Amino acid sequence: MADEVVLLDTYFSMFGMRARLALAEKGIDYEYKEENLGDKSPVLLEMNPVHKKIPVLIHNGKPVCESLIIVQYIDEVWKDNSPLLPSDPYQKAQARFWADFVDKKLYDAGRRLCTTKGDELETAKKDFIEVLKLLEAELGEKPYFGGENFGFGDVALITYSNWFYSYETCGNFSAEEHCPKLMEWVKRCMGKESVSKSLADPKKIYDSILVFKKKHGFE
Amino acid sequence: MEESKVIVHGFWASAYVYRVIWALKLKGVKYDYIEEDFSNKSQSLLEYNPVHKKVPVLVHRGRPVVESSVILEYIEETWSDDPLTSLLPSDAYERSVARFWIDFGQQVSRTLFAFFLSSDENKETTSKKARETLEIIQEQALGGKKFFGGNRLGLVDLSYGWLAHWLEPIQELVNVKVLEPNTLPTLYRWTIDFKHEPVIKDNLPDSKALLEHTTRQRKKFTSPPKNN
Repeated sequence: MADEVVLLDTYFSMFGMRARLALAEKGIDYEYKEENLGDKSPVLLEMNPVHKKIPVLIHNGKPVCESLIIVQYIDEVWKDNSPLLPSDPYQKAQARFWADFVDKKLYDAGRRLCTTKGDELETAKKDFIEVLKLLEAELGEKPYFGGENFGFGDVALITYSNWFYSYETCGNFSAEEHCPKLMEWVKRCMGKESVSKSLADPKKIYDSILVFKKKHGFE
Repeated sequence: MEESKVIVHGFWASAYVYRVIWALKLKGVKYDYIEEDFSNKSQSLLEYNPVHKKVPVLVHRGRPVVESSVILEYIEETWSDDPLTSLLPSDAYERSVARFWIDFGQQVSRTLFAFFLSSDENKETTSKKARETLEIIQEQALGGKKFFGGNRLGLVDLSYGWLAHWLEPIQELVNVKVLEPNTLPTLYRWTIDFKHEPVIKDNLPDSKALLEHTTRQRKKFTSPPKNN
């Protein structure tokens, strides 16, 4: 029986990109459905009644929600190629910890960079750079957060990288200047076809933020 | 034997720490416990959890695992020989559903924390929000099952376990009940069944001490900031 895989998503979402990336890594065929968050489809509301958010992976009619849960699900079901999580429980725990750290700390600082001014913006910049530095220290000399191979921690963080241009422009700083090794890692990941085809164009993301800022009076 | 030693760094009143203790007990894993004093965190805590500096920390074979949800998955995967003590479903889809509800627990905690801090002015709003959130887990996560995990306790039960014991002093202090048998019958029944389980019953902080601690916490979070 052929698998039916559908992804409800939006082009700019760093969370949706994680699902796209995991599917690409595994070479899974799927149907992509772009959602309009201002007018959510009945399918989205039915498949994610609790949060009403994207991404939602629908596998043979059954929904999986929350990006990191989706990535783990994809990794467990299509386990024969390109493993994303290590098999060792301790290494898995490390990968999960850093993915959780990225979501707890980076998303909020990034959001504040795009929506605040003055002192608040300066604090957001400081917080954001601090988080990047911690991540860079964790990467160390390894080619990927997963070690020799691209893995779960890399998936969790790389989807923020196409938003860096927006964060840097809003905050007037350069990530490269503060975290050169981390930016090398970004380039290394972007060299993978699964990554480059799953991520959005950074300039298009910035344009959408400008529209958002204007609409909500954040200029 | 020294190599496979398990140590838990914890705090006696923390529900997050108890999740880890319950999981270890359910798996039959022996461990040493170190009580942390937050006004004077141990050197080992700061070394094991430099990022968050929090408990619980599980140390196994000399290596630390932090963040309670990460620790629970680690325990499940490391001590996995006996299917009778599995704490997550074996089916990948059912596992993803369990993880979804564990993750939703963060929203439950935030909503109940707002309820915990509420004043007379806003307690009607915060308690309404709290009841609505609890109804979601009653209807969609628990459904008609005895436990969130089915017939036996699972990681989802351990993650929501704080509702069965830590919510009591909160309700007493706010002077409003949000988890009651007449409005949330099956979730309320679950709290009774949960606390009845031997591993849980024998591993809960003292109610009186917890009420005193919760009272101090409430004062700390609701008093206006001091001017230095």
